[in-house]
Amino acid sequence: MITTEPAAARTRPPLARLLDTAQRPSWQERPRAATQGAKSGAITLIVLVVLIPLYTVVMTSLSTQGSINQAGGMVIVPHGLSLAAYRDIVSGGVVGRALLISLGITAVGTCFSMVVTILASYGMSRAGSFGHRTILWVMMLTMFFNGGIIPLFLVVSALGGYDQYWALIAPSAVSVYNVLVMRSFFASTAQDLIDSARIDGAGDWRILWKIVLPTSRAVTAVIALFYAVGYWNSWFNIMLFMPSDSSKWPLQMVLYDYLTQNSQMVNSAAAGFQGAVPTLALQMAVVTITIIPVLIAYPFVQKHFTKGVLLGAVKG
Amino acid sequence: MTDAATSTARPPGGSAVAARAAATLPAATAPPGAARPGRRWWARLRRDRTLLIMTLPALALLGVFGYAPMLGLVMAFQDYDLYDGILHSPWVGLANFQQLFTDPGFWQAFFNTLSLFSVQLILFFPVPIALAILLDSLLSRRLRSVVQAVATLPHFFSFVLVVTIFNEAFGGAGLLDTFLRSHGVTSPFDFMTDPGTFRLLVASQLIWKEGGWSTIVYLAALSAISPALYEAAAVDGAGYWRRLRHITLPGLKAITVLLLILNLGYALSFGFEQMLIQLPAVGSGAAQVITTFSYENGIVAGNYSYGAAAGLFLGITSVIFILGANKIAHLLGEDGLYRK
Repeated sequence: MITTEPAAARTRPPLARLLDTAQRPSWQERPRAATQGAKSGAITLIVLVVLIPLYTVVMTSLSTQGSINQAGGMVIVPHGLSLAAYRDIVSGGVVGRALLISLGITAVGTCFSMVVTILASYGMSRAGSFGHRTILWVMMLTMFFNGGIIPLFLVVSALGGYDQYWALIAPSAVSVYNVLVMRSFFASTAQDLIDSARIDGAGDWRILWKIVLPTSRAVTAVIALFYAVGYWNSWFNIMLFMPSDSSKWPLQMVLYDYLTQNSQMVNSAAAGFQGAVPTLALQMAVVTITIIPVLIAYPFVQKHFTKGVLLGAVKG
Repeated sequence: MTDAATSTARPPGGSAVAARAAATLPAATAPPGAARPGRRWWARLRRDRTLLIMTLPALALLGVFGYAPMLGLVMAFQDYDLYDGILHSPWVGLANFQQLFTDPGFWQAFFNTLSLFSVQLILFFPVPIALAILLDSLLSRRLRSVVQAVATLPHFFSFVLVVTIFNEAFGGAGLLDTFLRSHGVTSPFDFMTDPGTFRLLVASQLIWKEGGWSTIVYLAALSAISPALYEAAAVDGAGYWRRLRHITLPGLKAITVLLLILNLGYALSFGFEQMLIQLPAVGSGAAQVITTFSYENGIVAGNYSYGAAAGLFLGITSVIFILGANKIAHLLGEDGLYRK
């Protein structure tokens, strides 16, 4: 028999098709108009609360000093757009360099973290392997107790890490949480696949590379995103290990610098002139640039979040 | 060498293959001596050496940046001097802790931590639950995923960014301030520097940043509730609110209790970056927490031992909190951080 579903789909109103609406269960009453109104209102509010600030940030970054003055600050309705702030950033200067530094740290750091994390996760994922439970506990202990900021600062300084880029990567390179997530994913790789590869003579390196990793693409993508976002967003590391050398600063520190400078200038209405480009526009351009990579990566991994979050549960 | 001998005598992959295969195959096919039931530990060590080598980079990093600083905490009992180092700095016993517990600044930070955390708990914690119930009730799958994606997005922004955005919205000369001024409200309005409303500010920043992200776990719990329960209840005449109260909320109870308890476990180390960023604007009367207290005294003022003492106090009380929270979780029949 031909299934009736396609026909049903075709007869659905276009709006329902657009919204991919599920069939209301037969037992469920139709909500009253007031309920539906409240729900729509709540949803609209949530979306607006997130998007309006981002919108005004982008609009302000594209604004001329004239329209910033006219708006008295952040711009909602732009009068005259200009790319001056972005041109200024691209043409070099602190922000352009900071952008490159941030990209570099994120790329190098993410690769390094992924290699270390994948190896450690696989190394502990084989049931019954020697000492894996002990190693797991040794790693997990650092989640619950750590030396705190000051001894870490002194250790990194003693190793010569002050004002060095590796100090922004190495101390936070391994997230035990991410190792746990990945380990439980690797441990669920079909055992017979691994066994048959082993009988065919594959060693652990080859099994990891040819079987475990290709079957764990989703979790690898999510963990890589977590690391990349972590490096991209990290700020306190810089504050701690690189507080004064502004020529080495990544974006977040430049942003922080703008923020603290800005709060000193509060209420002086004319605050905003620093050469040809309005400071507020430049600051908002930095914010925009900081957000863009996140927005680009976001759609690709968004569907995997649930797995990544839920697998964090420790399964000994 | 025995190593070379074994690797030529056996198929590529060496003894690891043979031993691992022996564990799953009948004993007859096992190579002699490789996999006797009572095999010694070094045989297992040899079998799994590749796996162990793989964990070394992570262990080395955690050793240097996790465990070495833990040993460094002995400086809390010293009068640490940068040039003498841990080995030669004079020991002072509990003097740093005595100073700590008589320091009004420390107690201020302690109570700030607790009060910021409590307000956050009351205002932030229920938000993802409500949002999950709302999203789950949407019939349109596309609308649901779009709203969820939008609400989750700010999780991936740094606190510097979040504070910047809040500053432009609620700070002096921000959106709200400008709006009020253009409507004749002249009193200067600056949420971002007002210590009195700082707890609300912190909670609303958390709601904006993490509200959507924290929803994921609850949504998963909701999708695990059997629709048959709802159907049976509806057939028996239960309306929406009664179904919510007797099916939905009980279905969320386990995960809620668990998250609440875990949340409590980390209460004392609450909000380090968030406070540190806003400390200059708000002042230490409202925004100083234990972690920032340790940082400001230790790193900024260069009083390493004193800062480390505050850090050690924080570490120990946090472990007690976590173990206590875990104990409660077990008593309530939940898994907690680990299973019993």
